[in-house]
Amino acid sequence: MNQVIRAEQLSKDFGDIKAVRDLSFSVGQGQVYGFLGQNGAGKSTTIRMLLTLVEPSSGTIEIFGMNLKKHRKEILRRTGAIIEKPDLYKYLTAKENLRIFSRLSAVKVSEKKIMDQLALVGLADRAESKVKTYSQGMKQRLGLATALIHDPELVILDEPANGLDPQGIADMRNLILHLSKELGKTLLVSSHLLGEMEMVADQLLIIHKGEKVVEGRVSELLNPEQSIVELVTPDTLGALAFLRQSGWAGTLKEPVNGAIRMEFNKQQIPELNRQLVEKGIPVLSLRPLNSLEDYFLSLTKR
Amino acid sequence: MFTELLKIELYKIFKRPRTFIAFGAIAVIILLVQFALKVNGRDFVQFYTESQSDTFEIPYEKILNGYFVCVAVLHMILVHVPLLVALIAGDMISGEASLGTLRLLAGKPVTRTQLLLAKFAASTVYVVLLLAWMALFALLGSMLIFGTEDLVVFKETDMHIMKAGDVIWRFFAAFVFAALALTCIAAMALMFSVFSENSLGPIVATVCVVIVFTIVQQLRVPVFEETVNPWSFTTHMLGWKGFFYVEKNAEGATITGSIENPAALLRSGLILTGYILLFLGVSIRSFSKKDILS
Repeated sequence: MNQVIRAEQLSKDFGDIKAVRDLSFSVGQGQVYGFLGQNGAGKSTTIRMLLTLVEPSSGTIEIFGMNLKKHRKEILRRTGAIIEKPDLYKYLTAKENLRIFSRLSAVKVSEKKIMDQLALVGLADRAESKVKTYSQGMKQRLGLATALIHDPELVILDEPANGLDPQGIADMRNLILHLSKELGKTLLVSSHLLGEMEMVADQLLIIHKGEKVVEGRVSELLNPEQSIVELVTPDTLGALAFLRQSGWAGTLKEPVNGAIRMEFNKQQIPELNRQLVEKGIPVLSLRPLNSLEDYFLSLTKR
Repeated sequence: MFTELLKIELYKIFKRPRTFIAFGAIAVIILLVQFALKVNGRDFVQFYTESQSDTFEIPYEKILNGYFVCVAVLHMILVHVPLLVALIAGDMISGEASLGTLRLLAGKPVTRTQLLLAKFAASTVYVVLLLAWMALFALLGSMLIFGTEDLVVFKETDMHIMKAGDVIWRFFAAFVFAALALTCIAAMALMFSVFSENSLGPIVATVCVVIVFTIVQQLRVPVFEETVNPWSFTTHMLGWKGFFYVEKNAEGATITGSIENPAALLRSGLILTGYILLFLGVSIRSFSKKDILS
């Protein structure tokens, strides 16, 4: 698979603050690449480096096989992006904003193309309204339209679901899948909505405090065999005492919100349940946590 | 691409209602001055001719003509126009930063130098249009209301008289010079704008700098007169007045088509150009290296 983005040993310091440290990753053509991390993890700084808004302190970036610093114009012409909340010219209409941003990308688009783009994001009926009359969700959708108006090959979306209602989030998910699967575009999407990322991303990168924690395919990261298992019982102390004295001691993890957590093959859950009941420890819940959110939390709370 | 960027910048400027505040304010001020001079112009002329009125009879009605009124308007208004220019130029980069659109602009396939120069060019076009508007009201308006005659200009106790046919080119030159001076203000406001992420800071900073240097200039303290004033841009911004001071022959008669001190005018023009280049250079250097975090 051709690599569309290749970042090598990327670092960015703001004075004493190390926002990004030695971050390397690559995004393949046609992939939806999920970029996960808590607030302040370095996601937006990394995206800003990819868009030349922030100069890396060290490291190199190649996009479409070209050095970003040397071929900035060519690369950005083929890239569309929304960065954090998409702020547009509030005193202009949606159509006027789209016209400006297409011309800035050195592309002259027809009125029809502008209207098609607005229809794609569900704003065709508000094309002539000034952006200051838009809700946050509508601005988000218009931001996406400005990122796509020049038909870019690479689309970078920083928190695209921000401000959207549940229907809007579902529409955004479908749009991302449409752009990737049907139009063959490459997408780098950062989001804190882990469930959404799980549904759309082919590949994931989790960063924490500016450093890469893990990178891989979603299916590989969410190991179906080895799971974090959560035990909820009214007798937490009794359960912990039993687990520490038994063969389960090695599986114990840090408890979260009063719930006991362990890591083992989920096939062993019935056996653990049987032993707890035999010891007279009431079990309210015993379940594997294998969603992306659970995985993400287990990594970033280390 | 630069032309495209310039068109976009001008489109944005003239789509904002606040842009037209300056045009409205200028029209109102000029009309007020013209009205005041129409009803009480004689006193105004008397004030300036007090020292000469004992020597010879002053033809007040002839002096108070459209050209004279236009010069009076320019004296009153050009001091305040930097504020109107700062309102637009000081908002050029910082306004985009506070609006959140700077990151969208800077992520497009245009260089930051192109972007900044387009914004500077758009500010310059705004300045020129503002002055053209001023010329329309102050010169054409005054000519229509007060008629045309020979122009008399007072310089301290001295009097400069220009034939009516020798005046229009002087106004044209004065407006061109004023455009250069105001472009200097626009370049300074744009420079401050690069360092700020809100619009108010650069506008206030620009106005403060103009006020401080104007006060220093008016204090007439020898140490400032020798060191600061010869190089201060506020000193040279007033150079437009030089086009209305004429050379006289040995008999004291005006030499038609002359300027009293063309070398001083040239020097002022060059110093203002130097400031523009300096402010632009600092802006380009800083903006090109700036991390856009807004």
